[in-house]
Amino acid sequence: MNARALRVALPLAVLALVVVAWQSAVSLFAIPSFVLPGPGLVLRTLVADGGLLWQSLLVTLTTTVEGFVLAAVGGIGLAILFSQSRLIEYSLYPYAVILQVTPVVAIAPLLLIYLPQPLAVLACAWIVAFFPVLANTMLGLASVDHNLIALFELYKASRWQVLWKLKLPAALPQMLAGLRIAGGLSLIGAVVAEIAAGSAGAGSGLAYRIAESGYRLNIPRMFAALLLLSLAGVVIFFVLSAASHLILRRWHESVLRREA
Amino acid sequence: MVSQTSSTSIVSLHGVGKTFDNGTQALAAFDLSVGGGEFVSLLGPSGCGKSTALRIIAGLSTPSAGEVRWPAGDGRLGFVFQEPTLMPWATVAGNVRLPLKLAAGDGVQAGAAVAQALTRVGLGDAADRYPRELSGGMKMRVSIARALVTEPQLLLMDEPFAALDEITRFKLNNDLLELWQALRRTVIFVTHSVFESVYLSQRIVVMTPRPGCVFADIAIPAPYPRDERFRTSADFAGYCRTVSEALAQAMGGAS
Repeated sequence: MNARALRVALPLAVLALVVVAWQSAVSLFAIPSFVLPGPGLVLRTLVADGGLLWQSLLVTLTTTVEGFVLAAVGGIGLAILFSQSRLIEYSLYPYAVILQVTPVVAIAPLLLIYLPQPLAVLACAWIVAFFPVLANTMLGLASVDHNLIALFELYKASRWQVLWKLKLPAALPQMLAGLRIAGGLSLIGAVVAEIAAGSAGAGSGLAYRIAESGYRLNIPRMFAALLLLSLAGVVIFFVLSAASHLILRRWHESVLRREA
Repeated sequence: MVSQTSSTSIVSLHGVGKTFDNGTQALAAFDLSVGGGEFVSLLGPSGCGKSTALRIIAGLSTPSAGEVRWPAGDGRLGFVFQEPTLMPWATVAGNVRLPLKLAAGDGVQAGAAVAQALTRVGLGDAADRYPRELSGGMKMRVSIARALVTEPQLLLMDEPFAALDEITRFKLNNDLLELWQALRRTVIFVTHSVFESVYLSQRIVVMTPRPGCVFADIAIPAPYPRDERFRTSADFAGYCRTVSEALAQAMGGAS
């Protein structure tokens, strides 16, 4: 069996094993479904509550995508700004770090007081997601080959040309790595904020459904919502990885397969 | 052993000194005059400031003392770095086209100029390939094509072949000489190889170790075209001995 087939087959085999063990444990020990529902029941709930959960998934995903786009724009924009002016970098970068190291769970309740709930959730998604974009893009912009910079200088390139034709393309691999991290983090930020907002009862995102189902001891629905959430995360990761691969495939070492 | 006075000087350095911020004195009272169409090598041990001199001529570094004069006006420059210094995200043609794009001279003729520059270095059919698909020698050829695409009057080369294997280096030496004879541009070539400098140059400027200044200015009157026969001739060996001795003296007998 070749390596590629193994990479698909092995995780699937593990999944099958876990599902079988899970189902047999539930049946064997007669665990009640409000403690641990079997995988079959989770799937049935997923189908039965499909409409409701799908609506909630859309709400969460919308927040995630919006947070991601804002994080991309904000992170890349700030990084470009920092690369153009050291004074601005020195003035603002510490606060970007502070925003990043303060746990978003702790900020969310405060944001929920000051902002309307959808906006607060979006702000949380953005706060968590923008920093990796910023840090990675900054690293990329700073790692440009010095001789290439000298070459641009030699041909009297403008600041704009250096940025547009040299620094941004050179920073692209790191930027894309930052965006790939930001995609997953944006989902996490949205979920954390929804959970924090959950008790307010006004939310309808997937995380809110999880909190709500918890209060109602509707454990199968909790599992179903959780399953959807992880699937969404996996899809986001693959979409961003594929985009990164497509953009870099012609020239970057990270994408090229080594000849054995 | 002073060189024949060249017809008209294209660039000259007068008492140029360079001290870096960390206190290192790279150049002191460095004088050099290069005539139009000349092939001059700067020869010296690592860290003797020969690259610094080249960067000062290119305007990439400002001298702390002295001045650089351009009697015939500030001409167009081409620079070839030690590494190929190509943009990995651009094709070969894209890399060669860069100077034209930056100079906003990217008109209708740009495509033809790029094709011509690539043909000159023997890479006419590699235009659409990416740098990573090329060997070290081919990358360096792309770098030379890029330096030539603006039709520069002065070509500055900073140990361009130092990282290549000997066979590739000999081949590129020959091709560079052919190009030089065909185009008659002025070349200032930095190297730490006695053999390479003798093979290529009309004139070799031997530099002292840090701070670098001119120790000897040796003419190599052997006729062009030079080829493999010259490389193995007694004349070549004689010039190499002369230059090696000058280099040893420049280093003060120590090494």
